[in-house]
Amino acid sequence: MSKYTINTLASLLLIAPLLVGFSSVAHADESNIVFSRDIRPILAGHCFNCHGPDEGSREGDLRLDTEEGARKSLEVEGGVAKLMGRVTSHDPDLVMPPPSVKKPLTPAQIERLTRWVEAGAPWGSHWAFEPLVKPAVPTVPVAASGLMASVNNPIDHFVQARLMARKVTPAPEASRETLIRRVTLDLTGLSPTPDEVDNFVQDMSADAWGKVVDRLLASPAYGERMAWSWLDAARYADSNGYQGDNERTMWPWRDWVIDAFNQNLPYDQFTVWQLAGDLLPDATFEQKMATGFCRNHMINGEGGRIAEENRVDYVMDMTETMGTVWLGLTMNCCRCHDHKFDPLSQQDYYSLSAFFNQTPVDGSGGNPQTPPVLTVRSNEQRQKEEDIETQLAGLKQPIEQREKELVAARQAWEQTTLANAGESTWQPLKPIKSSAVHQALTVQDEGSILASGANPRNDTYTLELSSGLEKITAIRLDALNHDSHTQGGLSRSDSGNFVLTEIELLVQPPGSDQATKLSIASAEATFEQGDLKVVRAFDGDSNTGWAVYAGKPIDRSHSAVFRLAEPLTISRDATLTIVLRHDSPHASHNIGRFRLRASEAANAKLDDSNAALIANLRTPADQRTQEQRDQIVAAQRADDATYGALLKERDQLQKSLSDLRGGFPKVMVMEDMPQPRKTWVLTRGIYSKPGDEVTANVPGKLPQLPAGETVNRLALARWIVSDENPLTARVTVNRFWQQFFGIGLVKTPEDFGVQGEIPLQQDLLDWLAADFREHGWNVKRLIRQIVTSHTYRQSSRITTQDAENVTASETFSGMSYEEDPENRYLSRGPRFRMPSWMVRDQALAASGLMVRAVGGSPVRGYQPAGVWEETTFGRKQYAQDHGDALYRRSLYTFWRRIIAPTMFFDNATRQTCTVKSFRTNTPLQALLTLNDVTFVEAARALAERVLTSDNAGAADNTSDKNRIDAVFRQLLCRRATSDEKAILLAAIDRSRGEFRADPEAAGKLLAIGESKRNEQLDAIEHAAWTSLTLAVMNLDETLTKE
Amino acid sequence: MNPLHENSLHVGRREFFGRSVAGLGTAALASLLARDGHAADRSGGLPDLPHFMPKAKRVIYLFQNGGPTHVDLFDYKPKLIEMHGQPVPQDYIGDKRFSTMTGNTAGKVMLAPVEPFRQRGQSGAWVSDFLPHTAGIADELCFIHSLHTEQVNHAPAIQFLLSGAELPGRPTAGAWLSYGLGSDNDTLPSFCVMTSVSKGTSCGQIFYDFYWGSGFLPSRFQGVKFRGSSEPVLYLNNPDGVSSSMRRKWLDDIAKLNELKLADYGDPEISTRIAQYEMSYKMQSSVPDLTDFSDETEATLALYGPQVKEPGTFAYNCLMARRLAERGVRFVQLMHAGWDQHGSVTTELYTQCKDTDQPSAGLILDLKQRGLLEDTLVIWGGEFGRTPFLQGNINDRPKWGRDHHPYAFSLWMAGGGVKAGVQYGESDDLGINVANNGVHVHDFQATLMHLLGIDHERLTYRFQGRDFRLTDIHGHVVEAVLA
Repeated sequence: MSKYTINTLASLLLIAPLLVGFSSVAHADESNIVFSRDIRPILAGHCFNCHGPDEGSREGDLRLDTEEGARKSLEVEGGVAKLMGRVTSHDPDLVMPPPSVKKPLTPAQIERLTRWVEAGAPWGSHWAFEPLVKPAVPTVPVAASGLMASVNNPIDHFVQARLMARKVTPAPEASRETLIRRVTLDLTGLSPTPDEVDNFVQDMSADAWGKVVDRLLASPAYGERMAWSWLDAARYADSNGYQGDNERTMWPWRDWVIDAFNQNLPYDQFTVWQLAGDLLPDATFEQKMATGFCRNHMINGEGGRIAEENRVDYVMDMTETMGTVWLGLTMNCCRCHDHKFDPLSQQDYYSLSAFFNQTPVDGSGGNPQTPPVLTVRSNEQRQKEEDIETQLAGLKQPIEQREKELVAARQAWEQTTLANAGESTWQPLKPIKSSAVHQALTVQDEGSILASGANPRNDTYTLELSSGLEKITAIRLDALNHDSHTQGGLSRSDSGNFVLTEIELLVQPPGSDQATKLSIASAEATFEQGDLKVVRAFDGDSNTGWAVYAGKPIDRSHSAVFRLAEPLTISRDATLTIVLRHDSPHASHNIGRFRLRASEAANAKLDDSNAALIANLRTPADQRTQEQRDQIVAAQRADDATYGALLKERDQLQKSLSDLRGGFPKVMVMEDMPQPRKTWVLTRGIYSKPGDEVTANVPGKLPQLPAGETVNRLALARWIVSDENPLTARVTVNRFWQQFFGIGLVKTPEDFGVQGEIPLQQDLLDWLAADFREHGWNVKRLIRQIVTSHTYRQSSRITTQDAENVTASETFSGMSYEEDPENRYLSRGPRFRMPSWMVRDQALAASGLMVRAVGGSPVRGYQPAGVWEETTFGRKQYAQDHGDALYRRSLYTFWRRIIAPTMFFDNATRQTCTVKSFRTNTPLQALLTLNDVTFVEAARALAERVLTSDNAGAADNTSDKNRIDAVFRQLLCRRATSDEKAILLAAIDRSRGEFRADPEAAGKLLAIGESKRNEQLDAIEHAAWTSLTLAVMNLDETLTKE
Repeated sequence: MNPLHENSLHVGRREFFGRSVAGLGTAALASLLARDGHAADRSGGLPDLPHFMPKAKRVIYLFQNGGPTHVDLFDYKPKLIEMHGQPVPQDYIGDKRFSTMTGNTAGKVMLAPVEPFRQRGQSGAWVSDFLPHTAGIADELCFIHSLHTEQVNHAPAIQFLLSGAELPGRPTAGAWLSYGLGSDNDTLPSFCVMTSVSKGTSCGQIFYDFYWGSGFLPSRFQGVKFRGSSEPVLYLNNPDGVSSSMRRKWLDDIAKLNELKLADYGDPEISTRIAQYEMSYKMQSSVPDLTDFSDETEATLALYGPQVKEPGTFAYNCLMARRLAERGVRFVQLMHAGWDQHGSVTTELYTQCKDTDQPSAGLILDLKQRGLLEDTLVIWGGEFGRTPFLQGNINDRPKWGRDHHPYAFSLWMAGGGVKAGVQYGESDDLGINVANNGVHVHDFQATLMHLLGIDHERLTYRFQGRDFRLTDIHGHVVEAVLA
């Protein structure tokens, strides 16, 4: 026997070179053995079970999944490679694979292996880095396919060929009710209406399914559904994250995503626009806005952070997000060191980051609209803006006209003004006695008073002054700079600032020892620091006061005018006492030098321009300077009521315009600086430890950029979607697949590297990816392909081992759950709990409450009180919206990055890029769908829908049955079974009884939610049906896409 | 009361509520709370854990958010008094980085401890007068004075301490323990979090939810935050008008309908759903029971101080922590903010200490009197210490402050498996650098895991092609503090 084996092998080995030689002439392409295409699948399919990565099941200490292991098997023994000896052996004890595993190699496979060994057994690189080559579609043999469900398109060929090899029949097609619910949820995130279900169930035409799919793909809800996963990947949120967590306005970008899916923008353009739309020749507004994708990263506004450190973080985030979303590579390891598994070096990482390192983005502060930004206007806003601009333009002529008239009237106005002018308003108050508690106050030559000596924390000055006036209406305090002050400011405090906590004015008539305190009615100041307003200096509260610090050294004097409530009439020789108090907790904030003056003018102003004007007017016209002439013109205009009214109107319009423009959302976008920024490898990823300088480039182990092109983000984006790139199409198709089947063909959508999953159905993935790319990256076409396959349309019912398919032959049967719990062989349809946002949208849609507007600024729906406030110590107040906003799709919910909306479970946190979907079953989620206002209100509205749609007002058994069916049809697209009805009929009776016994409870339940209920309905009946509807909303089937 | 006995009463109470999850099959429990299906007869967790006999079954982490000032509380440095007002000796500083608020230390001056220190108890541990109650239990505590970290800002430093990485995305210690060890109770989450802040404090660090995140571990392992309000768990209460008995009956109906579906469809996920809903009902009674303090004696309440009945205070949360611990919750994480005294060591620090001192000590005493301290590990500490030098003007005492200081700081542990009355590690004579027996954050984490019976190098999770662990690729168990 063994002799025969060797003979056979020898002949094979003899023939093999001939075969190779022959085919190399006729079929040059086919003759090349491509390891990943021709050899790896053989090894994986027939050998890895016992000689693969799984140590637990490995036999004979041999592994064929690594080059090292395989080399061992190729050592020559008795003239042939051991591997070839075993696969060609006719000895049942020696032949591989062993007959017992029922996976014999075909002659063609043996031939391929032989040729591979002949060629020196070249080991291939990792599958995902191999060029994407479209595999041939396997045929499903007629004899076998007769037993099987339909084969609708190449997807089914791949899936069923593989199932057939395992003697497994695919599941039959699911019921039409199940199917339309499945596809409607998958393509729109909403459940179908009963009419839509009926239309499909009754449509016997051959393309009934195709019609449904096309209708859904054309629905605006399609883009909304597709956008959700993209927003998770793009870490989209409505705030910055981190401390401060300022609100941003990136939502026009989110609307662009919805629109791009709805318009079916080809995925290659979808990619290029988002990564580098700004660099496209003659980039459109939309193309620029699309680059908001890159800028969706978190922004750190925490105090004490170094701007450059932040900026580097942002660049890394952009780089890693690009890596995960398009290349399926996890690159964050390479921040600090070369990748342990994938052929990516630290240098590769920083070379990629160099593409993103060219924006003028500043890392400082928490500006949620950090430039560069794009201002976005809706059509309505654009119209409004134009209206105001037109009105403003319309004012120009009347203003000019009035100015001309004023020129003509100037002579007369000057004379009148001069005739009416009084003297300059402010008269110096002469210090008679000045003292301070801690400091020395000395009168300077020019009349000001300087404080000197010790620099106390607090001090109080008391000045006795004579006015020389008979009437005083106001007092003016000028705080003056001095070289002895901090940075030449107004005091000797740390900042040169002062806080005047209180000013007191007292008058003591001659001969009297009783001083009267004068009350101050109003005041104005040259500047007020935040809450430290001048009125705080006479509020009787020594904790408050007037201060003037504006964040920089104080290089000017500041003044305040205090107007008396009643004009003071005194004799010219009377003394006035002024007390200045500095009692603030801020140390040494005592005014260092000052002057006090008084006025007798009726309305004494801080701005003493009247004095200047009079002086100007007294200057002969031909001697006036240009400045004087300008001041006169300005004064005349200010004096003219007509002109004033025109200006007021113009100012108001300008304010409306700037308010309007201030409210326009600004989308942060990409832009490259004219001067490139240098990029370095950062040692251990630390921003301040640059190592070798790098230039922008793609990783060395992947196809390179075309020569001669400008190396920038646009080149990177085009490289990503180039035919040479082996990853993008595979990664993309896999992510879409995950959306429909709950798990990708590669289970690790974020990692196509060596440590990611090697796909069981690589041929299917490659075919889909290549086909997708060949057909212009047409997303709707790809999705249509997937959902029209039999693979997608299979029933998701689990076949139990004892329930064999009686119509199938004895050798074929369904695959049990235990054999394939995750359904990786796709022998049945997908069944998994819907994402929590879809559960909410389904409830809103079924209840009829949903408001179906697409896009716009985010909404704040129902949320338990205090969630934001508790986390942020009250700094972020949750102001819940009302009306339509409560019923918008989940997509539009305001996403605060540091406290995600409480109604979503298992969702991406939107802090960093997430492409993998999670599903858990925490009881907290059950509490939400049982108790949250949204669901209770939706249940109440759905109950109302059901109760008002039939005319049978009576609570009889027949109409109850119909109503149960109606509830089921809204949520589950089917009628209830008789067993289900029996349970629910008993339940509705019980519930009626409970509410009848406690009508108040019914009222309370029905009052939940802000929408109005139909008061015509009997409250007991409505409450009972609300309870039933809420229960149906919480059935496993309702929460599940099956 | 004997905790075991009490526990059996709880079981009885659960049964009283009706449906038991027994009979649903083990698979059904797999994805609930921390149960992972590997050992469904146990309480979830991984089959090979614990790696060895644990000293502690659970952890109460009293996290002091903001950076408590080690040199004012636990780390007594007489030389600081001597050098008060003198310039920072630059040979202690080198090229160390401080927050941008300090920038360069040149021109800064040293600041003496604000309150006097005294030696306490038999062990003679130095504790300042800021913390009289903590001082009173010094003999129960194990102080580490040589902790050091790599982060100088709050959020990254907190995340580094709790998850081993400064950026969000890794599982925190509580999530790791829930994942590895599963749950010891079936009515409450295995990882619970409560937050508080001292009254009138001017600092405002936010409690980010990634401080108790599960990172790449399944989200059922993330901490469940109990809110300091009448509704500690979101959506816990039935809708108005729906009584508990009404809800019970509807849940029974939902279960019956789901069982019909299960019989028809055969998907084990349906059993999980049935158990999920059952568990949610249990939480509706276990959580109010948890927050009902009427079964606490006056003497017990007094241990925690006057604020114990005010939801949202640290005192309230400390008592909640004990109640969670005795119900078998694996990891209780209290986060208390307000330790960020940049300009208030002579003012707000007093309030801060007053709010936390008695409840912390009260918790230890209460656990001890119940026999729970033996197998409960209590940790008290923040993300870094504060500079031994002054932030502010030496002449402006009311505004004295200290900046963030990551190079040496203190924390204390008590109970489950750590030596009591011990002081481990030293900072230098000014409290600036570690002088000996330095404990890096990863060492501290390794020690924590060890006390729970886990070899920190062997509890890993593969994500994005790498086996991750709490201690990254570092960490050594601090053997000297193990009892």
